[in-house]
Amino acid sequence: MKKKKIIEFIGFFILRICVYFVLAVLLLFLYDIGSKGGGVISWEFLSEAPRRGMTEGGIFPAIVGTFLVTIVTAILAVPLGMFAAIYLNEYAKQTRLTRIIRLSIRNLSGVPSIVYGLFGVILFVNILKFGTSILSAGLTLGLMTLPWTITASEEALKAIPNSYREGALALGATKWQAIRTNVLPYALPGMLTGTILGLARAAGETAPIMFTGAAFYLPFLPQSLDDQFMALPYHLYVMATQHHSIAQVRPIAYGTALVLLLLIILMNTAVVIVRYRLRRVKKE
Amino acid sequence: MENNVKIQAKKLNFYYGNKLALKNINLVASGNKVTALIGPSGCGKSTFIRTLNRMNDVIPNTRVEGEVIIDGANIYSPRVDVVELRRRVGMVFQKPNPFPKSIFDNIAYGLRINGIKNKRKIEQVVEKSLKEAALWDEVKDRLQDNAFSLSGGQQQRLCIARSLAVEPEIILFDEPCSAIDPIATAKIEDLIQKLKARYTVVIVTHNMQQAARVSDYTAFLMLGELIEYGETPQIFTNPKNKLTEDYITGRFG
Repeated sequence: MKKKKIIEFIGFFILRICVYFVLAVLLLFLYDIGSKGGGVISWEFLSEAPRRGMTEGGIFPAIVGTFLVTIVTAILAVPLGMFAAIYLNEYAKQTRLTRIIRLSIRNLSGVPSIVYGLFGVILFVNILKFGTSILSAGLTLGLMTLPWTITASEEALKAIPNSYREGALALGATKWQAIRTNVLPYALPGMLTGTILGLARAAGETAPIMFTGAAFYLPFLPQSLDDQFMALPYHLYVMATQHHSIAQVRPIAYGTALVLLLLIILMNTAVVIVRYRLRRVKKE
Repeated sequence: MENNVKIQAKKLNFYYGNKLALKNINLVASGNKVTALIGPSGCGKSTFIRTLNRMNDVIPNTRVEGEVIIDGANIYSPRVDVVELRRRVGMVFQKPNPFPKSIFDNIAYGLRINGIKNKRKIEQVVEKSLKEAALWDEVKDRLQDNAFSLSGGQQQRLCIARSLAVEPEIILFDEPCSAIDPIATAKIEDLIQKLKARYTVVIVTHNMQQAARVSDYTAFLMLGELIEYGETPQIFTNPKNKLTEDYITGRFG
């Protein structure tokens, strides 16, 4: 009897230590960036362009660039991903071909982002002649995000009980009516959750935009989708490893990291809110 | 009974992949009567009832041979509009499946997808359907509440009201009481008795007493074959086939 209790105690203890360890790493990480970057952030830092060889000034162009490129990413990845998922889950016959397609999509989500970057250079920059631009970079990120949005959307659709579909069909609904009125409204929060997570990941990527459109430094904001742009993750990379006086710009690097982190946290918070609303709907 | 044929299955075979689940079923269901399908689990009774509104079409890798004739027309003919067929042949499922909407919107759903937008008309039909399903008095003050707030038995009557709202001619019940307590079951059995005045009813049930109580005709299926079919009193008091007798006396099941 005693021995059982000791084993139980040790087991829980180990599990608890694991959680504390993960938590500690996360907090340390946030504290490091927060304490070193927090002092840099000011209205000027957020609203001004870099000056004097990027040793002074702010990161406004990088914020704008990341914002714009994420919009292009969303325009490609969100509708395409959702529609593909609807087709795969609701319409496609479950044959060997669809299984292969599904497996390929899952595998694509595991391809390293640098590979997408190189693919984007070849397809969008060289073959389609979009040049190094917001468009090329956004589309590259979009391709990278697609497998995530498709997979997440499919899972959300799978979670809707079949009885909703059959119940609607039994009342004389067409298949599309059943899906549109009795499946999608309930799957949408889940689909959006996965999609926003995918976009948040894309917004923080460096490798896919490095060769397809992100610029080291630009004295002006992008005027159209054909322009190059500055982006937060790439700016951070530059400040941390490529700048001529790295030690001098270290605070700016930390500030950039903090802004990027806050942006991602903001998007993930949106996910939590969406999920919370989903749960409330289900409970009703 | 032959002069009021509503549904007739002719040489009906049904396959899941290569597995033959219904073997040469010939069966007639009369208008304004209740026809019950009984038999042990896996005998094909649910499969059969789902052939009557072509609900099996949505299951991949299935195949139908033979005919199901409703009002003189084969519903498996390529000219048939399946969507319209399912409006005419309503179905109530084994597990109550209200949609996650308000009580009102559950009933209105069928009207809206069939293109009816007039609010007055929808309100009238909702009230009429709920009354017909003997649910009106219990929910009339809370029509905007979510349908999940109802009890299991109420949910099932809501599903019945929902199918009545689109004015079907036939209502199929696929074990409607298997997930419901005895008192709620009694209410639904009552309701089925009343519904046959206006509709043709086919019911699948696990419960032999239920078949004896609610139906006019009973079909006994086993391993995908129709073993015996006749008037309900005859099936239960004087079965002609040895297998039927063994089943209704509880020797297997």
